[in-house]
Amino acid sequence: MLLNIKNLTVAIEGKEIIKGLNLQVNKGEVHAIMGPNGTGKSTLAAAITGREGYEVTEGEIWYKDQNIIEMDADERANLGIFLSFQYPVEIPGVSMTNFMRTAINAQREYRGLPPMPAGEFLKLMEEKKKLVDIHSKLTNRSVNEGFSGGEKKKNEIFQMALLEPTLAILDETDSGLDIDALRTVAKGVNELRSEENAFVVITHYQRLLEYIVPDFVHVMYDGKIVKSGSKNLALELEDKGYEWLKEQSLV
Amino acid sequence: MEKDTLQQALPLDQMLIAQYRNNKELITANDIQYVSELREEAFQTFMESGFPHSGMEQWRHTDVDVLTEDAYLNEIEVPDTKKDIEELFRCDIHNFDTETVSMLNGWYIDKDSPLKTLPEGIVVGSFREAMKAYPQIFEQYYGKIAPKNANGFVQINTAMMQDGVFVWVPDGVKSAKTLQIIKILNKEEQLFVQSRNLIVLGKNSELSLMHCDDSVNQQSSLVNTVTEIFVDENANLELYKLQNLNDQSGLINSTFVQQMANSNIKTNTLTFNCGLIRNNIHVKLDGQGSHADVLGLYLMDKQQHIDNQIRIDHNVANCTSNELFKGILDEEASAVFNGYIHVARDAQKTNAYQNNNNILLTPTATINTMPFLEIYADDVKCSHGATVGQLDQEAMFYIRSRGISAANARLLLMYAFAADIINEISIEALRQRIDDMVKKRLRGELSVCDKCVLHCGAPEKEYHFDIDLSKI
Repeated sequence: MLLNIKNLTVAIEGKEIIKGLNLQVNKGEVHAIMGPNGTGKSTLAAAITGREGYEVTEGEIWYKDQNIIEMDADERANLGIFLSFQYPVEIPGVSMTNFMRTAINAQREYRGLPPMPAGEFLKLMEEKKKLVDIHSKLTNRSVNEGFSGGEKKKNEIFQMALLEPTLAILDETDSGLDIDALRTVAKGVNELRSEENAFVVITHYQRLLEYIVPDFVHVMYDGKIVKSGSKNLALELEDKGYEWLKEQSLV
Repeated sequence: MEKDTLQQALPLDQMLIAQYRNNKELITANDIQYVSELREEAFQTFMESGFPHSGMEQWRHTDVDVLTEDAYLNEIEVPDTKKDIEELFRCDIHNFDTETVSMLNGWYIDKDSPLKTLPEGIVVGSFREAMKAYPQIFEQYYGKIAPKNANGFVQINTAMMQDGVFVWVPDGVKSAKTLQIIKILNKEEQLFVQSRNLIVLGKNSELSLMHCDDSVNQQSSLVNTVTEIFVDENANLELYKLQNLNDQSGLINSTFVQQMANSNIKTNTLTFNCGLIRNNIHVKLDGQGSHADVLGLYLMDKQQHIDNQIRIDHNVANCTSNELFKGILDEEASAVFNGYIHVARDAQKTNAYQNNNNILLTPTATINTMPFLEIYADDVKCSHGATVGQLDQEAMFYIRSRGISAANARLLLMYAFAADIINEISIEALRQRIDDMVKKRLRGELSVCDKCVLHCGAPEKEYHFDIDLSKI
């Protein structure tokens, strides 16, 4: 098993957001996590990727047979965990090229590999740019600076393509995307899918799942996964909305 | 021997007053009459005012007593030993061809001649020689750009300075190369060094000037520099100041600029190291259509202190100014920024912008930032902003989530913060070099070594960070 989350409880500033969550992800699988706003989906992403201020008060996160809850974000990334941000951060003054080369070499160093030669890196960039149809001029600019919403999301997938993670968490990658950008992003993800990696796709809407077809769909409500099923569950949710969850959980 | 004993025994102001009285003939020996007259006037003012102290509003956050109460050696006679400054300090910036003039312990080093005319027509040389050769220029500009009521440091400089750099760019002349003034301190004794520069740009002229202050040893010193700059109509000036002195040293740097119609200046003050620095930059926009960019970057740590006092006078209509100072303060470093914009009564259509951004890396680092706008015209645009913050935690997580260590993420963000200022350097080779210096400084590798960072003797030791920050 690639990722095994056991009875996870996460608090932010003492307030419990995730309340005993379980999730198992194997290599080769795509899991979708759906649910209304404020149920802890992004908190789950933050807890898996090691964001500071997200305190695991109970439970375990096992990844590649290690409990990673004490690890720093950069170490988790070096172990192959990637987060596509819901709100990618602008970093004026740091060029995309510099940023990604630094990241790739940091990960290579962690794995005991020598830094990637500049020529090889540039070739890799060119190759991956095509994957998400990212404009050359964007990679010469500062990280996310002045990028449109769609460009920022494409840029996340572009970074993912360069880093080739084993576990990728896409946090509302579809939000703010028009249909063309959504297709491009989905195409990028689908091309990266393999038997050796896994995806956790967090989304509000079923729309993205038409393009990135999940193996499993989980519904989160009030800090827990309340329902799991096949891709058809997403259609059901689209049809019925989330109101019935509230009723169900009150019972 | 007796003289030295006297110098070592008294606090600086008393020593200087005694020295002036006892050696007036020697001090004025090289003068034209006009310069001597100003000395006397300034000396009287200094006797009354003394050095500024922290009881004065503009010096409230910078205690210069620690410097001025000390005893120093102030040389008023040209030292006999002629050291070859090229040996001491060799300029070696790749693709950066400069015209270099050097000063050692405050004295102009005339390796060819004390006053020379460059092929394009720029006159550059020793201040003490220039006043005799160009008395009319001195009478027209010297002592007139710095205000008469300037602080005690300016007064004592006017009273007792012995040398400095003179640059005259005649009408229509454009500098072919960047002119670089290298000032080095290297002496066994604790020195008080005063230098005085006069820079005059004629109509439609252009000058790119770099002014480096460096120590080459660990001896403490106090440098008091006054620079007066006149920028005539349609002239363009770029002025880069690089400050890299040791932790024991103090630098008081006063720059006064007067701009005429449609002239442009850009100053960039880059402070990498020094115990205590005070930069006074005062720009008078006296001709319509003139523009001033006044920029600065300071990277301080330990118990270093920097105080940037910027004053822009919009004296006539239709002028624009832009101030941007950014600083990163580590450990117990402290900084002061005071941005004063004065818009005169009829200076309509003024557009003045001011910004000061700071990152404090520790809870013990401090910044006092004070915008001050005084506006007497009604049709103006003036804005100011100041920020004090830590490194952006969102960005830290974003970078770390890609596998980059916390230390490298910090470095990347600090570097990014400084990039706004670095990117304003229009000379490509210099920008790359400053870029390297900033990275080195942020890594804590930049030190006051036997060679200035800008002139690291051996090319193979030159830093090429390229795009690889992984070895930090």
